[in-house]
Amino acid sequence: MVEKTKPESKSDSTGLGKRIIAALPKEATLIFIFILFCIVLSILTPRFFTVQNLRNLVRQTATIGVVSLGMTYVIISGGIDLSVGSVLAFAGISGALLMVGGTPIVLAVIVALALGALLGLVNGIAIHEGRVPPFVATLGMMTAARGLTMLVSGARMVTGLPRPFVQFAQLTIVGLPALFFVWLVLIIGSILVTQYSRFGRNVFAIGSNREAARLSGINIRFNTYGVYMVSGFMAAVGGMMMTSRLANGVPTAGQMYELDAIAAAVVGGASLMGGEGTIIGTVVGAMIIATIRNGGNLLGVNPFVLQVLIGVLVVVAVMVDQMNKGRSE
Amino acid sequence: MQHLVQMKSISKSFPGVQALDQVDFDLKPGQVHGLVGENGAGKSTLIKILMGAYKADAGQILLDGEEVEIRNPIEAKRLKLGAVYQDITLASELSVGENFFLGKLPRSLSGLVKWAKVHGETQTFLDELGIQVSSRSLVRRLSPAQQEMVTIAKIVYEGSRVVVFDEPTALLANEETEQLFGIIRRLRDAGTGIVYISHRLEEIFEICDTVTVLKDGQRVVTCPVGEIDSDTLVNRMVGRNLEDMFVRQTYQTAEDQVLLEVSALTRQPVFENISFKVHRGEVFGLFGLVGSGRTEIVRSLFGAEKPDTGSVSVEGTAVRITTPAAGIRHGIGLVPENRKEAGLATGLAVDFNINLASYDNISRLGFINGPAERRRADKYVKELRIKTPTVRQTVNKLSGGNQQKVVISKWLCRQSKVFIFDEPTTGVDVGAKVEIYRLLDELLQRGAAIVFISSYLPEIMGIADRILVIREGRSMGLVERPQFSEERLLRLASGLEAEAQTANSTA
Repeated sequence: MVEKTKPESKSDSTGLGKRIIAALPKEATLIFIFILFCIVLSILTPRFFTVQNLRNLVRQTATIGVVSLGMTYVIISGGIDLSVGSVLAFAGISGALLMVGGTPIVLAVIVALALGALLGLVNGIAIHEGRVPPFVATLGMMTAARGLTMLVSGARMVTGLPRPFVQFAQLTIVGLPALFFVWLVLIIGSILVTQYSRFGRNVFAIGSNREAARLSGINIRFNTYGVYMVSGFMAAVGGMMMTSRLANGVPTAGQMYELDAIAAAVVGGASLMGGEGTIIGTVVGAMIIATIRNGGNLLGVNPFVLQVLIGVLVVVAVMVDQMNKGRSE
Repeated sequence: MQHLVQMKSISKSFPGVQALDQVDFDLKPGQVHGLVGENGAGKSTLIKILMGAYKADAGQILLDGEEVEIRNPIEAKRLKLGAVYQDITLASELSVGENFFLGKLPRSLSGLVKWAKVHGETQTFLDELGIQVSSRSLVRRLSPAQQEMVTIAKIVYEGSRVVVFDEPTALLANEETEQLFGIIRRLRDAGTGIVYISHRLEEIFEICDTVTVLKDGQRVVTCPVGEIDSDTLVNRMVGRNLEDMFVRQTYQTAEDQVLLEVSALTRQPVFENISFKVHRGEVFGLFGLVGSGRTEIVRSLFGAEKPDTGSVSVEGTAVRITTPAAGIRHGIGLVPENRKEAGLATGLAVDFNINLASYDNISRLGFINGPAERRRADKYVKELRIKTPTVRQTVNKLSGGNQQKVVISKWLCRQSKVFIFDEPTTGVDVGAKVEIYRLLDELLQRGAAIVFISSYLPEIMGIADRILVIREGRSMGLVERPQFSEERLLRLASGLEAEAQTANSTA
């Protein structure tokens, strides 16, 4: 309170520690919180810091982690994509059906990913050409894609997937799950795209100020399409990862994933107002949420209590962010 | 006669500006009091103080001879002071009747709204005033002029004792203006006090009985309309010492190559048949009152809005104006009127904003050359003396003047040849203004051509080589620097003088 009432001076009144924290990027603070979390959990339960548990944790987080990456692009552009969970299921089922039908694995995966991007493109068209608010357009897609999934699968699990595909999820490379490496590649790719590509710059510009971006010659149409296609593609990758892990095509897969993905991005510092957000932030956000779940399970905390905690975390993360912003302005 | 309103020695200052300096203003019952002055003279500030939107720094307000304190618009309403502003203040998704009864819808005992009563009363009232609008229509479906008339009717319906009209005719056609005058006369005869603000001096002479001229926050004169003619009035409005801050180092003398040519540009109903040429090294002024269409003209030639017909060429090459991207490729850059809404990605960094329009120039295979981005940003921060701790600072933390420089840098970085400045010095302090003028000189020396919009006469007269005057979307005349005079430009802009000598006369 005392500090707040002081006039804004060039931080000479604040301590060194505070200055260092203020100078650190938001992501560093998040990583710090995450590490602290892990340390506390390791002390509380010996089962947390075991190879087996960490391997599981990473495997579980990878799918939602990939979906969150796509969500981050959308949120930075000032939009939202509620359809990712359904697109994930649709791509997962489509890929599974193709494989069961005898399509080579690689081809089936490519087609499934393309289908994900296609559904994303439909979102983009509805949003740009139809001027439908992203919330509504992707809400429609959420329902429609889930319906499509049920239609093509007859609402039944798709079984009998080729062995190599199923084994992929169990594969470890230098002790880490192969799924983790899929996530890692997409993380690195996304960092490069969001920070160093023209597309990334355009997405930030549109999210920050759409009109200024347009008047600076940025093509709003193609970039909107691009953002939702990336999100659809990432959801489809998630779908393939999940199908491999579950060893079956599951039509009800990915329910509520849209909310987890949004939560990961928001905890990671992305702003739903657009123009703000980082891939690293989202990755750490996803890991923090997954670790709370995992640690809670190990400690025997009631899963419903965990749900309450995660809900509170999302709101608190945004509150802290807003308070920091309010002070610096 | 007893005074209805007396405003005594009202002063009000904003950071860096004395908006009002001990201004007196009186209004009697049944008086129509005209308030005139240039943009920035203090008219709106005075009215906003009366309506409780601003608080005066000093002075007092008397109502019926008793001192009152009007702290907010709600109190103003309670004291029966009403105002019709330029912008529509109706709830657009509601019906006309609902707007009339907003916040006080009559309800029956069962709690249901008595719609018959709402619409019956509203309709009767509208009919009485001769306004042909149904009480049941949604406001959004009415034309802007109809909305304006409904707003006026609502204020009258509320039975205000004082009604302020702030540029009420900006959206109205002649017929509706006559109707408005009918309503004003009716109010006047019923003893209401009217304050009438307009740039259109002929209206002042038609409807007002008294007129007060404000200039630079001071009252110049108050007199009966019969004792003043329009020439004297214009003279009183503009007769100011020309500040020597509005000067460039050199003005263009010889005609250089034509950089920008606009011919017969039309976008109905906003503007029609606008043609002009801008030469290398020239500042071409576009002058007109607010709402004259000047902003829309430049937005169209840039590609921000599609014109119906007409053509634009840069250095003799025709531009297919469809999107801003096309205009930008041909070397046109727009420094828009509202820089925070349209000029800057405010939450992003200075280097990002400087490069915003030219990332295609410094990228390969879709990836950006980071060092080049940084180098360009550093270059313009240095050249334009942008005050920022680092190029990574977000632009919303910079001052208005520095933000404006970032927008200008964006086009320099893009190597634009034609710069359009739309009111570039609004919300910018005096020091930064001078710097922006100096920048114009630098741009010209680099071989640019500039289109400059301003509604502030001393500024545009000091900056421009030639000025095209726009009124209601039509060109009223092109004035060359030797013929510049405030009187002449104002007369053209307010329609007092017909088009005299001009190159583009078809209207």
